[in-house]
Amino acid sequence: MTLVLEAAVLGVLTGGVYALMASGLTLIFGVMRIINVGHGALVVLGAYLSFAASRSLHIDPFLTLVITMPVMFLLGMVLQIVFIRPLKTDREALSVLVTYALALGIEGLLGYFFTANYTQLQAWYDTASFPIGSFRITYVYVFGFALCLAILAVMFLVLYRTTFGASIRATMLNRTAAQLIGIDVDRVSAVAFGIGMATAAAGGVVFGITTAFNPGSHYDLISRLLTIIVLGGLGSLRGAIVAALIMLVSEDITAVLISPVWANFVFFVILVGVLLIRPQGLYGVRVRDRL
Amino acid sequence: MRKRLIAAVVAALGLMAAACGGSTTPTAPAAPITIGVSVSQTGDFSGDGKALVQGYDLWAQDINAKGGLNGHKVTMKYVDDTSSAQQVVTNYQNLITVDKVALVFGPFSSLLTIPASTVVARYNYAFPEPAGGGPHVFDRGLTNVFFVQPAAVEDNLVSYTKYLLSLPAGQRPASAAYATQDDPFTQPQVDKAKSLLEAGGIKTSYYKVYPAETTDFTPIALAVANSQADAVILGTQLPDAVAFPKTFVQQHYNPKTIIETTGPDQGAVFSGKLGANTDGIMVPAGWTPDAKAYGNDKFVSEFIAKYGGTSADISADAAEAYSVGQVVDQAAVKANSIDNAKLISTLHNGSYNTIQGPMSFDATGKPVGGVGVYIEQWQSGKAIFVYPATVASAPPEYPKKSWQ
Repeated sequence: MTLVLEAAVLGVLTGGVYALMASGLTLIFGVMRIINVGHGALVVLGAYLSFAASRSLHIDPFLTLVITMPVMFLLGMVLQIVFIRPLKTDREALSVLVTYALALGIEGLLGYFFTANYTQLQAWYDTASFPIGSFRITYVYVFGFALCLAILAVMFLVLYRTTFGASIRATMLNRTAAQLIGIDVDRVSAVAFGIGMATAAAGGVVFGITTAFNPGSHYDLISRLLTIIVLGGLGSLRGAIVAALIMLVSEDITAVLISPVWANFVFFVILVGVLLIRPQGLYGVRVRDRL
Repeated sequence: MRKRLIAAVVAALGLMAAACGGSTTPTAPAAPITIGVSVSQTGDFSGDGKALVQGYDLWAQDINAKGGLNGHKVTMKYVDDTSSAQQVVTNYQNLITVDKVALVFGPFSSLLTIPASTVVARYNYAFPEPAGGGPHVFDRGLTNVFFVQPAAVEDNLVSYTKYLLSLPAGQRPASAAYATQDDPFTQPQVDKAKSLLEAGGIKTSYYKVYPAETTDFTPIALAVANSQADAVILGTQLPDAVAFPKTFVQQHYNPKTIIETTGPDQGAVFSGKLGANTDGIMVPAGWTPDAKAYGNDKFVSEFIAKYGGTSADISADAAEAYSVGQVVDQAAVKANSIDNAKLISTLHNGSYNTIQGPMSFDATGKPVGGVGVYIEQWQSGKAIFVYPATVASAPPEYPKKSWQ
């Protein structure tokens, strides 16, 4: 029983990290109606940037976010303007090709600069833990979860409490209508892509501390992130959060209770069950209505 | 008339001798050849793929420096298989039929070697390979595969089990926990170790197989820690080889002994992620930079000169790839040919010296009569041979020290 409880707590904590990584992906889809299959590569890029910054500046990996998040934000805007904005027709299909090409390009560059060897961010708290009852919680998961909560809270504040957030939500609701009322959707899209990449940087630092990664690590990551936003409802922030928690908690409990082999299967049973009842995902319609 | 006939015959013989060249006439150099390899430059095995390229390239440099493979200057051609069992088949098909390479060497892992060897066999090419030693590599009736490591994969942990069972009853672990990827390289090793230890009276307190695609190992590691087993035997590649000990440290779980199938043999790539907590972790290994095997000193010094770093940075994968070249070189000299049919026939006979020690191959390409696989253990920041005593630099640290 203790083990199941421990797995559930771990699932919630790591679920928060996946929620953060998936939030950028779902935001980008919501605003631009593009499927960014390069998002996993952007998370890995964020992890490498933090790795390089922490090693060269001798600072804590979490502190590197002060540098990497703005850098990734700006890079995201540039990528959106150069590669995504020119897609005028059949955006959803073409965006898959373009963002996959981006992912391959990022993987190649990372392989060139950092080699294909696995690496991992180091910090004192990656193996330190504290007891809660009969089990121990690792600091890095708690810190990661706190970071995710903070960033997601900021994202919600920006979306629901600022004029620019209203522009983003209007664009998510109806891109053409937003243009008609004078919203510069190109600017909104570029900023949204930048925000998506900045969250990828934040997710990347926790991913990089908890997991050994190399330039090819994005393939596994993107498949999980896409599944999360499908369950949560494409374009829904809170859907991404809930779905990430469902995925990680169900997988972790299944892994310890039954077998790791069945962990993915149980999650996909949940996914299929939800999609049969709500094809738009957990929060698909509701969030589109509200945003 | 008769004199003229004799003169004509002598002249004709002279012309024939001139045409044949004779032993003193210099011969034209043999044509350069290309050797094709599918390597994982991206995807899960990209770290290992890079090490294979280093080993192959170093061998090609050495063989060209001494005049080539039976006089043929060698160029290596690598194509990325993205760690995919589908892509590796396409790659070898293209290397043989489109690029028309003279020879092919193997990729990384049993997972890729199994499908690759089938297509290579179809074209009657020899398939010496450094890293595909799972049982299924040898049970498909192929005669062109040659696994260039000291022992078949399923025997990799046999030395370790012998060591544990040789301990006095009071010190021997009472229980063992096993977790392994469902990979044809790792699982057979762990399963054989489990059966041997169970036969030796060591109780199994946990056994789980997890998908090779798993990226979050923490729940499995938690379950292993929860078992509180004395011995932990893990079928890992590098990412999980790092993740399991980290979780054990987090959980303050100190097994008496821990061995991982792959990961701890990757030098600084492994130790850089665990720091002082590498101490005590074991790995089955057929090669070490300190080994006195054929050509090993030269390999180590040349490797450092070419790629930098120290001997601790050299991956066993690179040594295994280099050994493939050594074996092919000796077979080509023995057969006096680089023809694939002749190489296949030659490799099935005799013994070949490598930096991993001497080895021979049975009818299926499985290594026989080699020196076997040793146990390496991280002690004071260095991976050293600790068992058997004949090759050990130090006795095994048992029980291992507590995590730091």
